[in-house]
Amino acid sequence: MNAVKVNAVSKVFNQGRPNQVDALIDIDLVVEPGEFVSLIGPSGCGKSTLLRLIAHLIEPTSGDIAVNGKPASQARLDQDYGMAFQQAGLFEWRTVEKNIELPLELKGWDKSRRRARAQEMLELVKLPEFARHMPWQLSGGMQQRIAIARALAAHPELLLMDEPFGALDEMTREHMQAELLRICGATETTVVFVTHSIPEAVYLSDRVVVMSPRPGRITDVIDVDLGRGRNEDTREDTSYYATITQVREALRKVESSRSNPDLAGIEDR
Amino acid sequence: MSATLGHRSDGRSRRLLDALVAPAVFGIGFLLVWEFTVQAFDLKPYFLPAPSAISHAFVDNFNLIKDAAFVSGKNALVGLIAGTLLGIGAAFLLMRFRILNELATPMAVALNAIPIIVLVSLFVNMYPATSEMPRRLMVTLIVFFIVLVNVAKGLRQVNPIHVELLRSYAASPVQLLRKARIPNAVPYLFTALKIAAPTSVITAFVAEYFGGNQNGLGSRITSNMSIAKNAVAWAYVVGACAVGLTFYLVSVALESITTHRRGSSPGGDST
Repeated sequence: MNAVKVNAVSKVFNQGRPNQVDALIDIDLVVEPGEFVSLIGPSGCGKSTLLRLIAHLIEPTSGDIAVNGKPASQARLDQDYGMAFQQAGLFEWRTVEKNIELPLELKGWDKSRRRARAQEMLELVKLPEFARHMPWQLSGGMQQRIAIARALAAHPELLLMDEPFGALDEMTREHMQAELLRICGATETTVVFVTHSIPEAVYLSDRVVVMSPRPGRITDVIDVDLGRGRNEDTREDTSYYATITQVREALRKVESSRSNPDLAGIEDR
Repeated sequence: MSATLGHRSDGRSRRLLDALVAPAVFGIGFLLVWEFTVQAFDLKPYFLPAPSAISHAFVDNFNLIKDAAFVSGKNALVGLIAGTLLGIGAAFLLMRFRILNELATPMAVALNAIPIIVLVSLFVNMYPATSEMPRRLMVTLIVFFIVLVNVAKGLRQVNPIHVELLRSYAASPVQLLRKARIPNAVPYLFTALKIAAPTSVITAFVAEYFGGNQNGLGSRITSNMSIAKNAVAWAYVVGACAVGLTFYLVSVALESITTHRRGSSPGGDST
């Protein structure tokens, strides 16, 4: 069974109106259990739209999406996935542990079970002493770690992330990438990860899906052959650089075939 | 981190003390200059009574002032509570029915442009001469719109990420309301109260100028003026200041409870 199966999916916004946008055309994508897949492409290529379709936050115009072998709508109702965004989006009136407990509250877990799981998740993201803090007392990187803990609280098999490290500084970002790999390795979670950053996509992923805009579609899928157990040395590996170059050229191809300046949105760092 | 919080509260009380010294010095200086000016230029009491005369009048009439303050203060409080409850209720209706929102917004804007305090004279005609209802109605109406506008904003302006997250947790509309909209609106309510509390006191005083019972602070000020007891009238003004300040401080204290937990509070809209 595939973790995610996107079959001939198109998404059109404002269909039939003058401001019609073909956000995604004829997308096919399969993600296997335990795989880490990044979606990369210039602004407007529909990578966030694709993530929201998988999450069933929006509905496809045509085609169908299966998550864990069931329709995306059912997977959402069953809370089969966890989600994290560029903004941590913590509820500012809840303590850190109550933020992590929120998805469990909605699943109807009792208090002692929620509390125990929140503590377990805080240990996982290495912030156990911050359970009773309010979100504003935490740094941006710490807040993002809490958001990841919240996304993983119900032990979902699938994690959907929309540029979760986009607002962090470079040092924190690299640290968070390593932490994410460690956490996902420990929990055997499948990840679909939207990013603007080529090195980030290569460092994290088993496969990098390259997308292009207007209309949004998949132009390339690049396998990353860096194995598991990646660490800070991976960032100096020659095959790491070779794959970065490969992804960059795939993105250039997008640019030259359409001769537009859309690559302005891509970070080379 | 708890250690730094402890230090911070020490520092805060010292800063509070520092912050109080300057206004206290200024206030005492102001009263001294006032007293001196009245003595030196031999100002007549009907023009400007000296602070010493006002404080004598305040002490002599303390019980009367206290009773009048309770009458006006009670009008303000009843109107404040009624207006707040009605405003919260209406804000929920506005959120539930979009069409009401489209009708109510231009109305709130229109009310902003007209001095609705003049409605008191109409209310006075609707009730017996000894009734406190017209004043309480007026306060209710003014507080209602302040609370309505702010709470409706708090219920509506929820972080879009919170909405998406709750949707991803398969939350029902009622759960969305309980987990996101209502807690989001709480600081907006306290901001509204901070604006509405002093306004309710002012409205209660001013409403007394439009006739009816002569038992509140506002009417006592005018009646003492008219019989040339100016120092006594000023003593009632002091009483009015005390009532206004009490309402304001209580509302600020309430607001600071929520801001302390959340780190910030939203800006409010007065109508």
